[in-house]
Amino acid sequence: MEKKNRSGAVIFSPYVKGEAVKKVVSMKREDVLFDLRESKLKGRGGAGFPTATKWTLVAAAASTEKYIVCNADEGEPGTFKDRVLLLEYPELVFDGMVIAGYVIGAKLGIVYLRGEYEYMLKSLEDYLETMRKENLLGKDIAGKTGFDFDIIIRLGSGAYVCGEETALIESLEGNRGEARNRPPYPVNTGFMGKPTTVNNVETFAAVSHIVIKGGAWYCNHGTDKSTGSKLFSVSGDCEKPGVYELPWGTKISELLELVGAKNTKAVQVGGASGFCIPKTQFDRALGYEDAATGGSIMIFNESRNMLHVLKNFMEFFVEESCGQCTPCRIGNTKLLEGVEMIEKSEFTFGYINKLKELGKTMQVASKCGLGQSSPNSFISILENFKEEIFNSGGSHGK
Amino acid sequence: MENKENRRAPVSQKPLVIEKPKDPSYIGGTISIEINEKKVTVPLGTTILEACKMNGISVPTLCHHEDLCVAGVCRVCVVEVEGMRTLQASCAYPITAPIKIKTSTPTVRKARRNIIDLMLSEHYGECYSCFRNGKCELQNLAKEYGVDNYNFGHVEAPRYEVDESSYSVIRDMSKCVLCKRCVRTCIDLQEVGVLEAVERGHNTRISTFLDKPLLDVICINCGQCINRCPTGALRANDPSDEIWAAIDDPKKHVVIQTAPSPRAAICEEFGMEAGHSLTKELNTALHRIGFDKVFDTNTTADLTIFEEGTELVLRLYKALVQKEPVALPQFTSCSPGWVKFLEHYYPEYIDNLSTAKSPQQMFGALIKTFYAEKAGIKPEDIVSVAVMPCSAKKFECNRPEMNDSGYKDVDYGLTTRELARMIKEAGINLPEMPKGDFDSPFGEASGAGLIFGATGGVMEAAIRSIYEFVTGNKTEDAFANANILPLRGFDGIKYVELPLGEKFGPVPDVIKHLVPNWDWLKGVTLKVAIAHGTANAKKIMDDIKAGGKFSECHFIEFMACPGGCLGGGGQPIPTTPEIRMKRAQAIYAEDESLEMRKSHDNPNVVRLYEEFLTDGPCGHISHKLLHTHYIKRGRYIA
Ligand SMILES: Cc1cc2nc3c(=O)[nH]c(=O)nc-3n(C[C@H](O)[C@H](O)[C@H](O)COP(=O)(O)O)c2cc1C
Ligand code: SF4
Ligand code: SF4
Ligand code: SF4
Ligand code: SF4
Ligand code: FES
Repeated sequence: MEKKNRSGAVIFSPYVKGEAVKKVVSMKREDVLFDLRESKLKGRGGAGFPTATKWTLVAAAASTEKYIVCNADEGEPGTFKDRVLLLEYPELVFDGMVIAGYVIGAKLGIVYLRGEYEYMLKSLEDYLETMRKENLLGKDIAGKTGFDFDIIIRLGSGAYVCGEETALIESLEGNRGEARNRPPYPVNTGFMGKPTTVNNVETFAAVSHIVIKGGAWYCNHGTDKSTGSKLFSVSGDCEKPGVYELPWGTKISELLELVGAKNTKAVQVGGASGFCIPKTQFDRALGYEDAATGGSIMIFNESRNMLHVLKNFMEFFVEESCGQCTPCRIGNTKLLEGVEMIEKSEFTFGYINKLKELGKTMQVASKCGLGQSSPNSFISILENFKEEIFNSGGSHGK
Repeated sequence: MENKENRRAPVSQKPLVIEKPKDPSYIGGTISIEINEKKVTVPLGTTILEACKMNGISVPTLCHHEDLCVAGVCRVCVVEVEGMRTLQASCAYPITAPIKIKTSTPTVRKARRNIIDLMLSEHYGECYSCFRNGKCELQNLAKEYGVDNYNFGHVEAPRYEVDESSYSVIRDMSKCVLCKRCVRTCIDLQEVGVLEAVERGHNTRISTFLDKPLLDVICINCGQCINRCPTGALRANDPSDEIWAAIDDPKKHVVIQTAPSPRAAICEEFGMEAGHSLTKELNTALHRIGFDKVFDTNTTADLTIFEEGTELVLRLYKALVQKEPVALPQFTSCSPGWVKFLEHYYPEYIDNLSTAKSPQQMFGALIKTFYAEKAGIKPEDIVSVAVMPCSAKKFECNRPEMNDSGYKDVDYGLTTRELARMIKEAGINLPEMPKGDFDSPFGEASGAGLIFGATGGVMEAAIRSIYEFVTGNKTEDAFANANILPLRGFDGIKYVELPLGEKFGPVPDVIKHLVPNWDWLKGVTLKVAIAHGTANAKKIMDDIKAGGKFSECHFIEFMACPGGCLGGGGQPIPTTPEIRMKRAQAIYAEDESLEMRKSHDNPNVVRLYEEFLTDGPCGHISHKLLHTHYIKRGRYIA
């Protein structure tokens, strides 16, 4: 695993394999949780749930059996930062999992690896083997008597919904990948019905740094509500696509400048389930306060047809809905049909408005995050690009 | 009623793990919440839906079913919970905090309408030609919520071919709304699991293993999925057209036998509350429709007690006296769903099944032999119909081995629902019918035969007779009013021990040639068990396999359907624990109102042995006509 020459203030800052594990075993669990709380770290998987809170809940759950799950499903269109972390910085991710095991009192960590990443399975397994040799995994880790923890890797099989934490757990248990009802939440009824924390790859990586450098240090980066930095997977119409570490609070325009994007018309923040931001709003800042994202940034320049962009997203959701609940299963089909109607100029504004209302129903009534976020693009693109979509090329509504 | 914890469903579909306190009065056992600005207190862990119901607030549901674990997939039950970004499915949300709920806000109403509209947009079916018309939950929802405009369009052609392969269950997936009740029923209540959702997104559909026709998978035909489907997507294979044709054919002599459970439930199809038996009204209606004879299946239920009871005595004699290897415990065989379940899942226990046919098939064999002869009608001119609470009976009468009379013993199995339709079609309002009697030569039967309809009933009927046969005492001496209460009730599994004591009577004449005396039963404690719903049957079978306490039993009653036949797959829809309870009450009440309460008191059966089955129970004639064999099917079928 070659490290590319990357640098960044937090995640890509220097770190030595195992150092956080060695440090953590001499700390009290409460102190680790205190540091985490102080860091205000929020989950990097998209939902932005405070990591300290989640871990405290699992740590406090009454059960002798608990699990740590690393969500490496990375299925959101346009993200590939977890791949970079796993390939180039496995020490950050795995050490973070060991820390979680220590804090929570779990004996097993499971990495749910995106099926398409099977090619890295072998090297990751080899890496885990070196950790076992170095006593960073296994029994009495880092000399701490009684601290046993191991990590196994399970492959996903290509369903986007399996990145959703409860569907992921179903899939791990060998069932159809479908989201569960919540409550109960995985923190008390997770894998095999036991308390489980599911965290994103990047979340674990951030934890390793926080253990070494402290919560206060972490808060020095980013903004008040969005502390630390974020890895952005930048793709689309720009000169330098790739993974960037930037502090939260970075403006979209600054990011566009950095990656050499020209003539940008729109930026899709947060992947297919995110929002499409038009040129007029490029001064918005990336962060939980404003433009939140799990890391996907897609750039579209003036040559792009936004209706096609939208159609692509909707096709994705029609395909990837697990099909379990009505609003998402049928709703996405209807939204896609709506896009196709617009494409063919066979629509009424009345019907499009009905579809937008339907989108709002899907946002509040769908069972899981997929259906709840799938109408975001539909609503934001039709709203922010209505001139282009409805008034260009004579394709007026009937 | 059932232990929901041990079910095989994925955790996501299991009932929520928060256990409701048995005694909510202890501190912290209840919680105060607000529903529509009204303060109420509910036990911790109550779902929002239950809390609303307790307080008289109705919330629409579709995928939720009282018998099944939670799914939370249709989303019509959504409500607002203050402080939450999204709406919550009330059926799936256990209350553990002092939340504030609103059940009818503009967002909620809009969402419900949109969701119902979405379901209709993909639902291919015409209500006026659908068997669920007027009893369809989807139709009701659309009506209640004023969704009458197909806002999101409507499919114009069926999406899937109708699967009519099965003798029992027809699947029309174009009408399916993917509530997964059938999936949960099949795996959770029945432990069969032939149905599951396949594919994703828009292509999601309920299917069978490798999309095979239902006939070619290990469906046990119990029809429980039909009873819980909210729409017309699942229905029984309806023979009423053929039956009408037979009635209309002057050359045919059409007889019908009626099982105990339909008469206790058919009132529900005529707008009455559950729990009223319409036995005698039904007799009149059936005559008026044009059936030439109406017989009571309870007669052959009584006969079954003779045959199956004798078989049990013979097995015990073999084991205890002759010390020969013999399959024990003996399993009942009157539930064809259970029989097929065993044939598939536990074929190695086939010898434990009583070889006695079910009452339906015994009657079939007698009608085309004994009755035909007596009435001077050619068996080939007889069309024999059986009205049953059961969809598996349709399969049973089509089993190739069921032709011991030389003809197909029973021509058609008709469900309670289908019969109700025929009665309505004939312009008859059943509850208003005058009372009428069953026809001779079989006439009235015993209350023991009647209670076959409830779980535990076969066992109770058997014990009422065995007890008297063996001890020479009256059942009433041991059990008040001959009601053997430990065998009743809806516990999934019941286990009862009956010490036979030391005092025995003479061996009754009908079986004197088989066992010399009862001395060998001295000190024996009869151990019996009862299970209903094949999920419970599976628990007993697995225990037997593991050599547990049920392997020590002598006799076990198994019914495929929850509640026994009264909860059968051909009974009126809907079914809930409460409805089944009421049907049971109707059956037991009718039993108590009868003079004749024990199978061996049935004079028609006694006469049968005198006149026709002259070598007695389990004799040659009875073996030819009233007993059968089974097939080791296994789980893998071509
Ligand atoms: C449809 C869907 C797909 C998701 N995919 C991923 C994913 O690929 N990786 C991920 O880390 N989180 C994903 N999530 C978010 C997870 O459900 C979960 O919130 C996250 O793993 C929690 O980790 P965190 O607290 O560290 O963010 C997805 C959520 C939804 C609704
Ligand atoms: S929202 Fe979509 S992906 Fe989530 S449970 Fe419903 S159908 Fe499945
Ligand atoms: S299933 Fe219900 S809604 Fe559909 S056609 Fe039948 S009655 Fe009408
Ligand atoms: S009839 Fe019974 S076994 Fe067959 S699919 Fe329905 S529930 Fe399952
Ligand atoms: S067949 Fe009926 S019970 Fe099964 S999912 Fe479809 S609508 Fe629901
Ligand atoms: S009834 Fe609650 S989601 Fe279907």
